[in-house]
Amino acid sequence: MVSTKVNLCGIELDNPIIPASGTFGFGYEFADLYDINRLGTFSFKGTTRDERFGNPTPRIAECESGMLNSVGLQNPGVEKVISHELPKLRECFNKKVMANVSGFSIEDYAYTCEKLNDQDQIGWFEVNISCPNVHGGGLAFGTNAKNAAEVTKAVKKVTTKPVFIKLSPNVTDITEIAKACEAEGADGVSLINTLLGMRIDLKTKKPILANKMGGFSGPAIKPVALRMVYQVYDAVKIPIIGMGGVETAEDVIEMMLAGATAVQVGAANLVNPYACRDIINMLPKTMEKYKINDLKDIIGGAHNG
Amino acid sequence: MTQGIYKILYNFALTDTVYSMVLEGNTSALIAPGQFVNIKLEGKFLRRPISVCDFNDKTITIIYKVVGEGTAQMSKMKAGETLDVLVGLGNGFNPEKAGEKPLLIGGGVGIPPLYNLCKELLKMGKKPTVILGFNTKSEIFYDKAFKELGVDVIVTTVDGSQGVKGFVTDAFPEDYDYFFTCGPMPMFKAIEKVAKTSGQYSFEERMGCGFGACMGCSCKTKYGNKRICKDGPVLYREEIIW
Repeated sequence: MVSTKVNLCGIELDNPIIPASGTFGFGYEFADLYDINRLGTFSFKGTTRDERFGNPTPRIAECESGMLNSVGLQNPGVEKVISHELPKLRECFNKKVMANVSGFSIEDYAYTCEKLNDQDQIGWFEVNISCPNVHGGGLAFGTNAKNAAEVTKAVKKVTTKPVFIKLSPNVTDITEIAKACEAEGADGVSLINTLLGMRIDLKTKKPILANKMGGFSGPAIKPVALRMVYQVYDAVKIPIIGMGGVETAEDVIEMMLAGATAVQVGAANLVNPYACRDIINMLPKTMEKYKINDLKDIIGGAHNG
Repeated sequence: MTQGIYKILYNFALTDTVYSMVLEGNTSALIAPGQFVNIKLEGKFLRRPISVCDFNDKTITIIYKVVGEGTAQMSKMKAGETLDVLVGLGNGFNPEKAGEKPLLIGGGVGIPPLYNLCKELLKMGKKPTVILGFNTKSEIFYDKAFKELGVDVIVTTVDGSQGVKGFVTDAFPEDYDYFFTCGPMPMFKAIEKVAKTSGQYSFEERMGCGFGACMGCSCKTKYGNKRICKDGPVLYREEIIW
C-alpha cells in the first residue's frame, strides 16, 4: 500500500492534489460532479477587498497546448466570500481550504487577509502577487523583490495561518523574489502563475482578448514551471506548491521531483472537470509503476546526486 | 452535466459551411431546449461549445458552422467515430414564459436551438411563428424541417435571393405575444429596437470551461454578473444591459 500523504506547513493532506485558484470557483460547482473531499485541498477563486467584475470579454483564447485568460480577478469581494461562498462550501467540503487573495496595494492585501484569518475553514493563505491581468497592481508586486517582501511582511503581520506567496514567472530571476518572501517570513511559495501571452485573430487583425494580453496556461508551460520549481527549491528552505501544465499523475510526480511538496492543477480542470479526481485515482498505480512507496520521499528527488 | 463518449451516427453538410451531426449516448442531462454541449477534439486544448438542435432519449442533434480549425476537423469526422462530450450545459430557453403566439427568430447558425424549442411550444399547444434570417439563398437550411413541424415559417435573405428581402426585423408579424431569439449581435440589437413584447435572447461568447468554473464568459446584467455558460446562454429581455 503506497502513501500519498504530504504535510503542508503542519496540515496533513491526503494527497498533494490542489485545484488551482480561478479554475475551481469556490468548490461547490464541482461538488455536483464528484466528492471534492477527495482532494488534498483546493485554492479558492482569487478574492479582493471589493467586488470586481473583471475585464471585458473575450477573456479566453485558445493556444497550441494551452489557453490564454484575461478574466481579471472577477470575484464577489471578501465580505460576500465570508457571508455567501464559505457557508456554501461548508456544505460540501469538510477539509481546510486555501484562501487565494489578491490586491492593488499593500493595505488591500493586509485588509483582505485579516478579514479571512478568523475563518476556521481556511487552512492557508495563498497571496497572489502575480496576476498578469490587472493594471496598477497584482503583477507589479510579483516582479519586484522589494515589493514582494513588503506584501509578505504586511500579510504575515495580520495572519496566524501559513502564508504562501504565489509567484510570477514573468521575471528575470524568480529565485530573487522567492528569497525576498522567505526573508520576510513567508511559510511557502507557490509557482508558477501564468505566463504573459497574446493571440491575434487573422480575420479581424486584432488581438483576440479584449484586454489584448492574458495569462498563458496549460501543458505548454510545464517545462518552464518545472525549471522554476527546481531553481526555487535550491534557493529557499520553505515548501513549494508547484503548478503549471499539470494534467496527469505522472506530471504530479515530475513536479514533486523538481521540488514541490504539493501540486496544483489549473487549466486541466476547465477541459476535464474530473481532472483532479482522475489524477487522484491514478496516483497510487503510477507510484507503483515508478517504485515510489511514499510520495513524501520524492520531494526534490531530482536534486540528489 | 454529464461527461461521456458519444458515437457519431451521422455527420453531413446542410450547406457549404453548415453541418449536422447526430450523436448517440446518454442524454439524461438535457432538460431544456437551447442548452449546449462541449466537445473535446483531438489536438485541441479547449472544448467546442455547440448548441443542441434536437434530442431524444438516445440521440443528440447538433448543427455547427465551420468557422475555424476545430469545426473544420469536426466536419471531416465519419459515422462510427466517437467524441468526448460534456452534455447538458447552460440554462436553455424557458418555454413556460411564452404566450399563445410566440415568435421564434433565428439568424444563421443561431437557428438550431430554436428547433427543439419549437417542438416544445407545439407540445404545449402554442402556435409559434418562425423567422429564419440568412444572407443569401445558398446559406438557407432547416426551413423545411420547421415547416414539417406544421408552423408558419418566414425566410428572409439580405440580398433577396429567396423569401423576404432584408433582415429578420423586416418580416416581423403584427400578431405575437412573446419572442425567443438566437443569432448574431447586430440582429439582437435590431430586434431590441422593434420588439413589442417580453422575450428571451440566447447569447454566444468565447468560453473557457463551459460549466461555470473559469469566469471566462461573464457579462453584466440588471440583476448582477452572470456567466453566459452557466447562468445563460439564455437571458430574459428585462435583465439584459445592451
